Amino acid sequence: MKPGQLLWPYINFSRKIRTMEEFGFKISKSTRIDLDSACQSLYNQIASKVPDIRTCINCGSCSASCTAATFRRTSFRGAILHINRGFDKKAVEFLKSCMLCGKCFLVCPRGIDTRNIILEIIRSEEG
Amino acid sequence: MNKNVLVLGAGVAGLQAALSLKELGYRVTILEKSSSAGGHLKDWDKLYPGNISSSGLIDNLISALDGTDILYNTTVTRSEKSDNGFITEISSGEKIDSGAIVIASGFSLFDARIKEEYGYGIYRRVITNADLEALFRSKEIHKMEMPAKVGFVHCVGSRDEKVCNRHCSKICCMTAVKQACEIKEIWPHADVYCFYMDLRMFGRGYEDLYYEAQSKFGVNFIRGRVSEAGEDKDGKVVVKAEDTLTSRPLKITLDLLVLMSGMVRNTDNKTISDVFGIPTGEDGFFFQPSPLINPTSSDSSGIYFAGSATGPKTVAESINEARAAALAVHKFLSKD
Repeated sequence: MKPGQLLWPYINFSRKIRTMEEFGFKISKSTRIDLDSACQSLYNQIASKVPDIRTCINCGSCSASCTAATFRRTSFRGAILHINRGFDKKAVEFLKSCMLCGKCFLVCPRGIDTRNIILEIIRSEEG
Repeated sequence: MNKNVLVLGAGVAGLQAALSLKELGYRVTILEKSSSAGGHLKDWDKLYPGNISSSGLIDNLISALDGTDILYNTTVTRSEKSDNGFITEISSGEKIDSGAIVIASGFSLFDARIKEEYGYGIYRRVITNADLEALFRSKEIHKMEMPAKVGFVHCVGSRDEKVCNRHCSKICCMTAVKQACEIKEIWPHADVYCFYMDLRMFGRGYEDLYYEAQSKFGVNFIRGRVSEAGEDKDGKVVVKAEDTLTSRPLKITLDLLVLMSGMVRNTDNKTISDVFGIPTGEDGFFFQPSPLINPTSSDSSGIYFAGSATGPKTVAESINEARAAALAVHKFLSKD
């Protein structure tokens, strides 16, 4: 047996280089909000139809009174905040369990037309 | 009865106190350390609510005070009590005899360079609220190229124990919102962001200002204190903060960053405190023995306060307090 013969089948130099991901490592996606690239088109689109969306003061009355929020993560405040920061998909998640009962509209201290905004968000996802 | 009253400071509080005293029949002498009257207001453009002209307000006071001595470039060096009030020696060596003294020494604007992480004095595109107001006042702002993105940092030098100021400066929230609206009025297509910790829109008409900024001007409010500002290769300002409402770090590149410098004790308070033997509080503003019931009284009889010498105040509050101080002086001098 020539030197190196035994090793040869085990080291295959032509094989694709294995990435660290195969060893259980991964590259995390940045969670940072980059307002330079954030897309606010949905926010602006909704604001042109229901201008109230701009007047939210993030008090949380809507989420606090939400009937669905007791069981599923539901937040009108969270939804419009995330749309403002450009996370439209996340916003839809916040409203998945909404039953359009309208309690948030009743409690909102700024009188924001929550129901119409929710409908706009849901429509945007369907469209 | 000594009908002479000495007023320290020719800002809005000092001028109003002098005017009210003059109307009550006293002979007033105003000492002013700078070379002109008006204090901080002479550098300001518009005042909220109602966009009142700042210089107009001062001009009205000065013209109403016609005939009153205003000694410019003058400070106090010594003061002692006499049988008839006070004998105060001023920087020119002259001695002024007065029955009572009103301290209206006001405040100093926080030096934003101390918050080095915001880069004031380092980056060209970082300015303060006072700088922006000067741009409005001189109309220079209209010659500027439209900044696509403008940021306002609230609480610069306020609510910050790192710079030895625990207090809230009270007026900056409204000033930031007012200036943000003014920017939007000049450049409706600019994006404006306010970085705040709490929005303290406490007075009548102030919340309306906030509402208008949101609904009419579309100003963006981001809850989170800016941690640092840097400059990118194009000379723009890159700002980092936490968006505490989504609990995520946030980054934005701005064309203009405005720092809301807060109100801190007047740098001369120490001297005034030593000359008249009246103490200051831990924050360097003058100590009020009875802030709730007699806010204009000092713990030395015959010496009264007006305006932001005793802490951050709005213009309206300073004017009211100046009138109150004038009445307190009147009551004091009418005793004998």
